[in-house]
Amino acid sequence: MFVLSGYDYLLVFLLVSALVPLIALGLSAVFRPKIVSAFRKSTYESGIEPRGDSWIQFNIRYYMFALVFVIFDIETVFLYPWAVAFDKVGLLAFIEALIFIAILVIGLVYAWRKGALEWT
Amino acid sequence: MNQGIDLQRSFVELLTGAGLPQEVARAFWLPLPMVVILAVVTVAVLLAIWGERKWAADMQQRIGPNIVGMAGFLQGVVDAIKLIVKEDIIPRKADPWLFTIGPILVLIPAFFAYLVVPFGQNLIISDLTIGVFFLVALGSVAPIGALMAGYSSNNKYALLGGLRAAAQSISYEIPLALSVLSVVIMTGSLSTIAVVEAQNTYGMLSWNVFKPIVGQVGFVVFLISALAETERAPFDLPEAESELVQGHHTEYSGMKFALFYLAEYANLVLGSLMATILFLGGWGFFVPVETLAGWLGVDLLNPVFQLFAAFLGIVITVLKSTIFVFLAILARWTLPRVRIDQLLDLGWKFLLPIGLVNLLLTAAFRLAFPGIFGGV
Amino acid sequence: MSTSWGRGEANGGRFTWNEKTLGAAMSLIETRTERMVLNLGPHHPSMHGVMHLVVTMNGENIEDCQPIIGYLHRGIEKMAESRSFIQFLTYANRWDYAATMLQESLTAMAWEKLADVPVPRRAQYIRVIMLELSRISSHLLWLGPFMADLGANTPLFYIFRERELVYDLFEAVTGSRLMHNYHRIGGVAADITYGWVDKCRDFCDYFLPKVDEYETLITNNPIFRRRVEGLGVVSQEEAISWGMSGPMLRASGVQWDLRKVDHYSIYDEVEFDVPWDTRGDVFARYVVRIQEMRESTKIIRQCLDQLPGGSFENLEAQRLLGGPKSEWNAPDYQFISKKPAPNFKLPAGEIYVRVESAKGELGAYLIGDGGQTPWRFKVRPPDFVNLGLIAQMVSGSKLADLMAILGSVDMIMGSVDR
Repeated sequence: MFVLSGYDYLLVFLLVSALVPLIALGLSAVFRPKIVSAFRKSTYESGIEPRGDSWIQFNIRYYMFALVFVIFDIETVFLYPWAVAFDKVGLLAFIEALIFIAILVIGLVYAWRKGALEWT
Repeated sequence: MNQGIDLQRSFVELLTGAGLPQEVARAFWLPLPMVVILAVVTVAVLLAIWGERKWAADMQQRIGPNIVGMAGFLQGVVDAIKLIVKEDIIPRKADPWLFTIGPILVLIPAFFAYLVVPFGQNLIISDLTIGVFFLVALGSVAPIGALMAGYSSNNKYALLGGLRAAAQSISYEIPLALSVLSVVIMTGSLSTIAVVEAQNTYGMLSWNVFKPIVGQVGFVVFLISALAETERAPFDLPEAESELVQGHHTEYSGMKFALFYLAEYANLVLGSLMATILFLGGWGFFVPVETLAGWLGVDLLNPVFQLFAAFLGIVITVLKSTIFVFLAILARWTLPRVRIDQLLDLGWKFLLPIGLVNLLLTAAFRLAFPGIFGGV
Repeated sequence: MSTSWGRGEANGGRFTWNEKTLGAAMSLIETRTERMVLNLGPHHPSMHGVMHLVVTMNGENIEDCQPIIGYLHRGIEKMAESRSFIQFLTYANRWDYAATMLQESLTAMAWEKLADVPVPRRAQYIRVIMLELSRISSHLLWLGPFMADLGANTPLFYIFRERELVYDLFEAVTGSRLMHNYHRIGGVAADITYGWVDKCRDFCDYFLPKVDEYETLITNNPIFRRRVEGLGVVSQEEAISWGMSGPMLRASGVQWDLRKVDHYSIYDEVEFDVPWDTRGDVFARYVVRIQEMRESTKIIRQCLDQLPGGSFENLEAQRLLGGPKSEWNAPDYQFISKKPAPNFKLPAGEIYVRVESAKGELGAYLIGDGGQTPWRFKVRPPDFVNLGLIAQMVSGSKLADLMAILGSVDMIMGSVDR
């Protein structure tokens, strides 16, 4: 049925663990009281009527962080196979990985110097 | 893998003996270990909550919960019952679908990750060949749920909390992955079972945390990043109650809040188990059990010995991860909260370079001294 | 400012590119951000009561902060105009419920100064002991919530452990733990009780190591230091021109303590230092307050040693021994000069009195017109004045810094709003 061993468990376990929150919410839906009140559904902002919408074009400061993150996350994904096969590939691959990481480190240093890693 | 008691084969044989086809018997078997593991996780979460309350009380010279159950042990159960029968409030201005999916998306990965967590040599649901990678990958799913919850609440505190959760998660994922990578280099495999077995060839001496230099550095980087990934104090910025009231769970009540709560502690236990598996030799005793058996002259295939070894494995795993749970609780009740820019500085300007250097050092050491750093 | 981006124009349910949506999309390219107006308080975990801050934020940075106060206004100053001293004293406790004795003492001093009532030396010593205990309890109640604002919850429990003991001491003498109603015109309501002096000494011996304990937990914690150092800096000139007082002023490098400046009560007879710092940031205020707790303990110890008549046991025994003509019945050894009549008349005139409260200069302006009640009673609460600079201090800092700065001001909304 499955080419890779153990992955049938993965699929079933995903379903089983997805069932947990669903059962919990369902159980709660049976037992909880249902009270209709306009005030209960108002937004909480320290007891004051909110001024302005919160779905605004908000200044999230870590846009640059997110970009650098994508680069380094992909880097780590590339490094996983290298790490697993490190036994077999030996010195040459080590030097190659060194060059690969060095290039990324130059990028990190550049981003650092440019102030992309500053939360201003 | 050693030949041991194979519960699965016995179960399947029992059912096929009763006249069922092999495939159907296997299908019956499949969910059983999962349900057991989920029950174990739930109990572990209750224990962690109880431990947190009692230890926090001890640190603060209070008594803590002491009415329900022995020494307040059942307080968590009572809280769960209370949260089940509590009213579910979806704010009028919120997006109801995202608002509901958010907590579910936070909880599922927290439970799903237990797929590859071994409690003993054969006590694992599935020994995936990419186990460690799977754990790291699942860690990046939960912040999506937090962001979803924060955005959909249409509440300013929640929005800030959700955004902080996303920033924090992306900043600490890379140091975490790098410290795990150095373990992978020393092991040469991504399977969690292989990682633990590689650490138990010479007992305590071959635990990753005792590998010279790279072991300790990687261990510290891993601990800090894992603490930040689980969003616990001093890195609990997404739910910093003195600024953001409750962060992304501000608008949640009842069972949906309980899901967040459950996920937080499930992640705490998971992080502790990961630290145990990756650095402290998992279920391994100070001296390998096989060596011990050799000294005592016990047959390795003796069923009593096998039962004893499995039991010892569980106890050792639980004890080791309890140390980490305790450390997390100790940190939470001792340290002030860091600020968001300090948090990101720590992640990007300290842990990331150290993680990279540590990774390369591990690789170099592995080339130079394969005997010590190869693990085999 | 709301754009239709992302939702589409309501054009038969289909999204069409007209000029308006195109304009919105164009403006997306240049990063345009909107300011978020966030209400912090009155119902917020770290607003120390019912403070209300309207914060305008750009990202996590605060651009503007507008404090709104008055949620706890009870008209206490107006109440004073229809009440005699003894009726009003119960309200005086309730301005600043963290440091109750100081308000009582101020009120009593205002009446005494205006009516020129002498206070026996023993009564003054008892008062000073109470004032310093009150200062300790106020600083403790500052430390715990301040650390909770920074995210460390454990100190809150530690400070209450010690504060309970201060309460016990108060209870033993005044009969009540929080709202004492202890001061009278010309003295205090009752002498200290049997064994209280020893109990108080025990407290001093117990308390100083506990202050060291706080310091080992907090002062050199790297996270704490990075959170508070260089934050919310108030320069010397600013502090003076904004009329700040107390630890806020002293942390900005001004050695100004009314206990030393005004020479009121018996503060000249005890030795103590005025802790100060030149850094003017949140950390300096922390250092000053911690040090002030030590100095207060020092004052209490000296007062207990120098207390005229000594402990109550001694005084009572000497009086029994000496008989009716005993020298121990002298005015100096009384706890009150002369019990004032319930219809005590306040002479016509006006006076401003001030004491060094735990939070700064606590002043009262009293006008009498010959009746039983004051014609006007105006309070100058220290935290209200110290709070004046808050908007300037927090602008440009992060949201998390706002809590640290606000916590370092040490305000009690009961005192700010009165």
